[in-house]
Amino acid sequence: MLVSIYRYNPDTDEKPIMQDVEVQLPEDKDLMVLDVLALAKQQDPSVVYRRSCREGVCGSDGMNINGNNGLACITPMSSVVKPGGKLVLRPLPGLPVIRDLVVDMSIFYKQYEKIKPYLINDTAPPAIERLQSPEDRAKLDGLYECILCACCSTNCPSFWWNPDKFIGPAGLLQAYRFLADTRDTADVERLAGLDDPFSVFRCRGIMNCVAVCPKGLNPTRAIGHIRSMLIQQGT
Amino acid sequence: MTGMRTLSFDAVIVGGGGAGMRAALQLAQSGYNTAVITKVFPTRSHTVSAQGGITCAIASSDPNDDWRWHMYDTVKGSDYIGDQDAIEYMCSEGPQTVFELEHMGLPFSRTESGRIYQRPFGGQSKDFGKGGQAARTCAAADRTGHALLHTLYQGNLKNNTAFLNEWYATDMVKNQDGAIVGVIAICIETGETVFVKSKATVFATGGAGRIYASTTNALINTGDGVGMALRAGFPVQDIEMWQFHPTGIYGAGTLVTEGCRGEGGYLINKDGERFMERYAPNAKDLAGRDVVARSMVLEILEGRGCGENGDHVMLKLDHLGEEVLNSKLPGILELSRTFAHVDPIKDPIPVVPTCHYMMGGIPTNVNGQALTQDEKGNDQVIPGLFAVGEVACVSVHGANRLGGNSLLDLVVFGRAAGKHIEEMLSQGMEQREASATDIEQAQNRLSRLNESKSGESVSELRAELQDIMQNHFGVFRRGDFMQDGIKKLSALRERIANVHLEDKSQTFNTARIEALELENLFEVAEATAIAAEGRNESRGAHARDDFRERDDENWLCHSMYFPDDKRVGKRDVNFSPKTVDTMEPQVRSY
Repeated sequence: MLVSIYRYNPDTDEKPIMQDVEVQLPEDKDLMVLDVLALAKQQDPSVVYRRSCREGVCGSDGMNINGNNGLACITPMSSVVKPGGKLVLRPLPGLPVIRDLVVDMSIFYKQYEKIKPYLINDTAPPAIERLQSPEDRAKLDGLYECILCACCSTNCPSFWWNPDKFIGPAGLLQAYRFLADTRDTADVERLAGLDDPFSVFRCRGIMNCVAVCPKGLNPTRAIGHIRSMLIQQGT
Repeated sequence: MTGMRTLSFDAVIVGGGGAGMRAALQLAQSGYNTAVITKVFPTRSHTVSAQGGITCAIASSDPNDDWRWHMYDTVKGSDYIGDQDAIEYMCSEGPQTVFELEHMGLPFSRTESGRIYQRPFGGQSKDFGKGGQAARTCAAADRTGHALLHTLYQGNLKNNTAFLNEWYATDMVKNQDGAIVGVIAICIETGETVFVKSKATVFATGGAGRIYASTTNALINTGDGVGMALRAGFPVQDIEMWQFHPTGIYGAGTLVTEGCRGEGGYLINKDGERFMERYAPNAKDLAGRDVVARSMVLEILEGRGCGENGDHVMLKLDHLGEEVLNSKLPGILELSRTFAHVDPIKDPIPVVPTCHYMMGGIPTNVNGQALTQDEKGNDQVIPGLFAVGEVACVSVHGANRLGGNSLLDLVVFGRAAGKHIEEMLSQGMEQREASATDIEQAQNRLSRLNESKSGESVSELRAELQDIMQNHFGVFRRGDFMQDGIKKLSALRERIANVHLEDKSQTFNTARIEALELENLFEVAEATAIAAEGRNESRGAHARDDFRERDDENWLCHSMYFPDDKRVGKRDVNFSPKTVDTMEPQVRSY
């Protein structure tokens, strides 16, 4: 199987190249893309990528796989490469490349930090937990599961264009996770922080984020809720 | 090396998982200059993979629940070599610690009355084993570790903890008084090597499940803390005690939470028989993990395994119904579909006992202070060094950890160490100094690797190591087999010491990190092997074919492995809890 990997080492290379590597795959098993990368790294240890849990929960190995962003560890080869085809691996688009498939995620994390991703509640906590009904807790489903892999934000044209000003789908999903939490008391403050032409409103509803989220989450819907809250608050 | 930068902190935490971030949070909240060195971005740490929950007597499911019952279960689960002062501390401090997490925003699942949802887990009972199964494991669906880790990261962001993300600690810096002064660390992105100096160094480096070929553990679980401790000449405790989780997905190794059985799932053999009824008539599928894992292996060995090769069993969940599975175990549905190509709503999941957790580690007291022994065998605090979480052996898990107790261990002892360091710092804890020679000493290994000109490849040596451990130190162990394994390992030591790093570049060189990790894996593996061969009895997760009984006369104690002379010594178990009576060893049955 031919694997084409984006290679760039700033220590030695002037510019990136796509390098073809021949990898022997077992015939009887549908490997994950991450397993194939590991085989490529066995042959050439200088191939560089991030990985940790290898089960789709830590968000380390987001990359562009045959044109689509996804997690290498839970993407079966059969789902991306037709028989006789080639596996093409590139770094997540739109972020600076550090080396090979590793991108600099600083600006992505900065946007996440901007939304104050922690519960704010200034009342004194009770001696036990704060109570929350199962219905109110259910409002967090589809939001808290984000693994910060950046597949969505780096698939978003608005984020490519304004990564410093537009929070991006991942950050906004978490912004809504705290707005939706009945235990959080900082709605006004949170919305004020988002109320400008860029932070939220650069979302054009393209839904590229939804298309690639490896956890099946829907940032566009969350952004819609934030928009409504901002508009309501403005009236 | 001249010109190496030094960074100074009040406290440095090595490891950005649950334990490390809980310790960091404690210190950052009180304004101490705290840094977390972590080889992956914090939310990529292995805590993220914990599924079922955090076991703790918060009295939500059962208003009469009592931390003493939890303590009883934990002592019994440990097969009586868990330290009772530490278990008492963990179980009694637990509820407050869990409530703090909830106050920080952890999105726990809820009961109808709005309290935290608790599910039944293995080995949990009411009324000191006399009141039947307890539901004591606090859960956020089946993503409790993810929810916990993200909440802790968020708390640290709020409190301005300094994160050295994607930095890798290679060795500790020990001065001539035997005190720890900090660590040598590499910034992975730039390749720069830095001396990170601190008054308190907290190891929270997690486990080492990657010493086995088949493991539920993340690729990053390479025993870095244990490796560093052993290289510095410090002992490790109960390192032969490795938990094999009953339900790793067959072929892939990914974990399927015990919460599946807590919610009513059960194991079946090829005849469709619920075989745990024979091995543990009372607790059945919710017996201790060691008991369930051994029963599964026996079923397979006796020809009742499933599949073409009869080498696994099945976990049946379909009778729970689609609604329960979607709401309580959504992550398991995802994992099963991805890694086992099975939809648990319709079909059972193929599972097999899989290496999961290191009960042993760096011995510590309840304050997280790392311990060694003097010549007379008395405990001695290692100045400046702390350990929390899986790398530590405090010991609350003894010979077998109960499900849901690891997350509790992380946050309770991360917090305890943080508090203790806070107190020491407030009393004017001083920065100890290291000489240029001490620092150079700590850099030796890295320099040797950077200068390597030839040798074998990391991936081949690692695979050999993992196969030796899998074949010689698995669920069932036997003296001659283990001696064989030890011989193979010692032949491997030299080869690993001479491993070749072909890629010498500075920027994000993961080949260098993997080579350094391999040495740590080896240290853990060898310590495991020698300690396992030394413990001539069966207790908890350590089951020997040639010594089938528990031997309280000789082995109701911790093992201590000393790296300098590769000797296995002993250390007393604590039987003196402060507020309750000693829990005496009994026959352990479920």
